[in-house]
Amino acid sequence: MNWTALLALAAGTYLLRLIGVLLRGRVAMPDRVQRYLDLGATALLVSLAATAALVQDGGFAGWARPAGVLVGVVLAWRKVPFVLVVVLAAASTAGLRWAGVP
Amino acid sequence: MRSLYRTIDRSDLRDALALAAALAVVGVSFGALSTAAGVPKPMTLALSLLVFAGGSQFLVVAVAAAGGSPVAAVVGGLLLNARLLPYGLAMGGIVGDRLPARLLGAHILIDESTAFARARGNGPRARVAFWLSGSLAFVFWNCGAALGMLAGGAVPDPDVLGVDAAFPAALFALLLPSLGKADARRVGLGAAAVALMATPFLPAGLPVLVGLLGLTVAGRR
Repeated sequence: MNWTALLALAAGTYLLRLIGVLLRGRVAMPDRVQRYLDLGATALLVSLAATAALVQDGGFAGWARPAGVLVGVVLAWRKVPFVLVVVLAAASTAGLRWAGVP
Repeated sequence: MRSLYRTIDRSDLRDALALAAALAVVGVSFGALSTAAGVPKPMTLALSLLVFAGGSQFLVVAVAAAGGSPVAAVVGGLLLNARLLPYGLAMGGIVGDRLPARLLGAHILIDESTAFARARGNGPRARVAFWLSGSLAFVFWNCGAALGMLAGGAVPDPDVLGVDAAFPAALFALLLPSLGKADARRVGLGAAAVALMATPFLPAGLPVLVGLLGLTVAGRR
């Protein structure tokens, strides 16, 4: 890694962030388009959560992680406070790993 | 800014702190791994402060550790971060109305701040939630990275703490309210299915983008 590459990545990442933020609200968009933009964010976030729960380095992440995530999802669905959802999901996965589950 | 501070919901603050604390743990491991991979300390800090996108930062470290080309690290990192553009399109109005707010807010646009704000609608509470979660994440992430850099090899593997399960769980928890709407639920299920099916065949970052195909089942409201 060198400084040129690092700054290129930083500038490119910032531009990716900025383009969307500046376009929305500056350019008049019909409701239908706005709805798709909002649903698009949902699609990306769900895809991210699903792959982060199941995938590591292009393969299956093992059972401990998705099990912990499942605990978190069930707790969130039962309206358990967010802090507990985060802590108990991590604790479940940590406990399973401690018990030898990959 | 003071008026913004006064409008902070206490439970939102607590939730944002929980998310930021989990990020700090990952930040520590980033700092330690980056240093172990031979990335100079000023560059590790600059990556953390200026790129501020976890996945791409770890990718750079992995490429550096493997002796790969810097160009590959930049291309791979930008591919991973491409989802930030559609995030911005969905979040522009929540980030701010004026140019300075948008210029500054763009830098703290991350998965967590996007999900955190969107769980709170489109109004003033969502805006406060965005700035709160984004700026706390920025501070905690970078402090974590600095700490990990200094601690080096003494840092435990965050997987032992199960932090890798905390993030998807937090994202799902934040997404659940919006998935109550039928069209969002269809799109979410379609997106997850497509992204997971694409995972074995595509490089990191692309499966999540392919998840946008979930929009094809959006149908009518």
